[in-house]
Amino acid sequence: MTQFVKRSALPLKAFALISAATLVLAGCASAEEEEEAPEAETQVEQPATTGGALVVGMVADPDTIFPWKATQFQAFRMLENVYDTLTAFDADLNVVPGLAESWEISADGTVITFDLRDGVQFADGSAFDSADVKYSYEAIQVEENAAVAASTIGGVTSIETPDADTVVLNLATADVGLLANLTTVNLAIVSSDDTEETLSTGTNGTGPFLMESRTAGQNVVLARNPNYWGDPPPLDTLEFRVLPDEAAIAAAMSAGNVQLAVLSDPITAQTISGDVTVATTPQLSYHALMLNARNGSMGDKNIRLAIQCAIDRQSVLDTALLGEGEVTGPITSPAYLSDPSARPCPVRDLDKAAEYLAASGNADGVEIDAIVAQGLYAGAVEIAQAVAAQLAEANITLNLEVLEGGTYIDRWIAGDFETAIALNGGRPDPDGMYGRYFPSTGNLNQVSGYSSDTMDQLFADGKVESDPAKRKAIYAAVSEELESNAVWVWMFSGYTYTAISDSVTGFVPMTTGSWQYLRTTGLK
Amino acid sequence: MRRLIHSAALRKTAGAFATLGGVAVFVFFMLRAIPGDQISASLGTEAAGLTEIQRTSLEEYYGLDQSLPTQFFSWVANLFQGNLGFSIRAQQPVLDLTLAALPVTFQLAVFAIILALGVGVPIGMLSASRVGGARDIFGQSLSLLGLSVPAFLLATTLLTFLAVNFGFNPNGLGYKTLFEDPSVNLQQMLLPSIVLGFAISAPIIRTTRAAVLEVREQDFIRTARAKGVSSRSLQFRHILRNALIPIVTMTGLQFGYLLGGAVVVEQIFSLPGVGRQVLMGIQQKEYALVQSTVLVIAASFVIINLLTDLLYRAIDPRVRAE
Repeated sequence: MTQFVKRSALPLKAFALISAATLVLAGCASAEEEEEAPEAETQVEQPATTGGALVVGMVADPDTIFPWKATQFQAFRMLENVYDTLTAFDADLNVVPGLAESWEISADGTVITFDLRDGVQFADGSAFDSADVKYSYEAIQVEENAAVAASTIGGVTSIETPDADTVVLNLATADVGLLANLTTVNLAIVSSDDTEETLSTGTNGTGPFLMESRTAGQNVVLARNPNYWGDPPPLDTLEFRVLPDEAAIAAAMSAGNVQLAVLSDPITAQTISGDVTVATTPQLSYHALMLNARNGSMGDKNIRLAIQCAIDRQSVLDTALLGEGEVTGPITSPAYLSDPSARPCPVRDLDKAAEYLAASGNADGVEIDAIVAQGLYAGAVEIAQAVAAQLAEANITLNLEVLEGGTYIDRWIAGDFETAIALNGGRPDPDGMYGRYFPSTGNLNQVSGYSSDTMDQLFADGKVESDPAKRKAIYAAVSEELESNAVWVWMFSGYTYTAISDSVTGFVPMTTGSWQYLRTTGLK
Repeated sequence: MRRLIHSAALRKTAGAFATLGGVAVFVFFMLRAIPGDQISASLGTEAAGLTEIQRTSLEEYYGLDQSLPTQFFSWVANLFQGNLGFSIRAQQPVLDLTLAALPVTFQLAVFAIILALGVGVPIGMLSASRVGGARDIFGQSLSLLGLSVPAFLLATTLLTFLAVNFGFNPNGLGYKTLFEDPSVNLQQMLLPSIVLGFAISAPIIRTTRAAVLEVREQDFIRTARAKGVSSRSLQFRHILRNALIPIVTMTGLQFGYLLGGAVVVEQIFSLPGVGRQVLMGIQQKEYALVQSTVLVIAASFVIINLLTDLLYRAIDPRVRAE
């Protein structure tokens, strides 16, 4: 029988405090207090036996196998099992060693010295050393290479390699979130002998698996990397099989053709039968009504606040997503979790909304436009309709422009909207999550539609503050600034549904959506 | 006479090329009229963070830096050399991808048509045998059902029902070709063929019924009946044979439609056919992939129309006489 297991509110809130401390500690060990990076503490269930072939269902195959340009979910999930990064996350989102065994940070935070693991080899048998790290990061920084994470290491001014086991990153200013941000596979370390061309047709990483075969539109098969530096993965092979429809994946799980899959639709997840457990995992991504303060009436703070007060987030969640999610504030990372009850109008208040509208000189109501994506993700149109219905009761007419995915993205990228119903990705570090949106120099600031001196200062402080408690307070202030100005209307985070056959052991679903624990997954 | 035949063949060939040319121009410009490009399709909202240099570099990478006429004529020139383009996503030539996908769709279309004809023609004839009778009501109801039940609904229901209740889901095993594993391949084709065959049997039932009713009223049928021709011979040799032309026309049209239009069924049953290839190409804005695959589908359609014309000649002496 299918069992539903909820891994929801408890992890999000319970390990928030612990994570806050460890996340920051990882990034702020001073030179005077040279500190070993924390070891992963996650207790992962060990598989009963070694060997076997696991089949994972996916709705699409990776659109690229070159890690620096990957943005697609499926490409990420495959590549994080093939390539390594200097640092990594454990299941509780603590920063733990990756290819760097330990690191030291100078007193002013502008120099990070990484001690690399010994004896690491790439899948092709060549040795990994500091030259590969320097080659990778410098290539990512070259603008012409159009690497996705170029801005993440934009603050690295130079890279030194005093010896084969040591890498020194010199930063323009301290960047406490950098260690967490280095975990993305977009900053994967590749061999200095490889190029984009060679890595677009085959893989050569230091991770637990290597790519054995790839059939476009059908599957990607990974095999255990014999040169992997860590504990060998229990599985012999790992197949990502393309079943382009979630219903097809659910059917394949029920029939036992596939042993693991992540679904986004709760109704489809419920159709799975057989010896399968479905785990509900909260996500860092969040649904929001983005308000573009540089466009139309959204420049008026009172109108934005009126919108904020007129929306009952729980009701929208119940109506549009069957209650599958949690009401959230701006920061969804457990370590820095925003408190939704601290916002203006934590519960719907139509009188307050009317007051704000009157203060804006629009007592009779206001009309605004919203763009909505059709087909990009589940529930967008339903959320938009529920929000519009609620706003109508506050004399706010929300004109919905339901757009095809490509058109929506084009308008979003150009900041060509008054408001937008959006599902945005989240990250464990708040600077990584919003440092591109709200500081006036952020590369997504034209999309966020808002900036202020206060916001600039807060993000600048957060970037360099190494004291965990103080850093947490800074991002609480960021959260407060975002909500009290109703910069956007943050609504809720959804879940993903990880269907795991009872024959599978050792897999841990993560709130980041990562499948990195396929390396500890085995079959009974 | 020979000149006439030649000019007719020439006309048909010229017409076929004109059709393909029109399709090429149409699909090329329609694709580019769709908002977004390969950069925003692959990067999504991350594309908002691109610097000018990064964007220029990516435009060069995807070949978007060239003018539209240059892109068009270079594509057409490559086509004449047998080069359908290159899929950056799959890191494979489009020709290879299409050669792998076309047989899947072709096999599915053949099976679906066989099923549709096997069901549609007899039921259409039964339906016409007594207008307004029970058999007619059954036939009409079945065709109405075939027309009105959406393929995606029938497909999803069949797939889920059989997988959940009987653990039967050969399509979850990963696609196998007829040569790799004939048994699995035939099982994988079973449900999608039933779904498509059911949908296509509806117009065939209706066409057969209408054609049979029309032929039945002809003078030569009355004459045959008066001459004492047996009922069986009358049905098959005289009525059905003369009713074949519209049935063949409808079958040809449906077969052509299946080559490009089976996308929903291919998607649900995870069959890597050309419909799914085009859909993925559109989602990823892989222009070369979509343009060339659509052109191949159009060429297949043209060939099927030509074959249908030839079939007319085989089954109807009057066409041969013309």
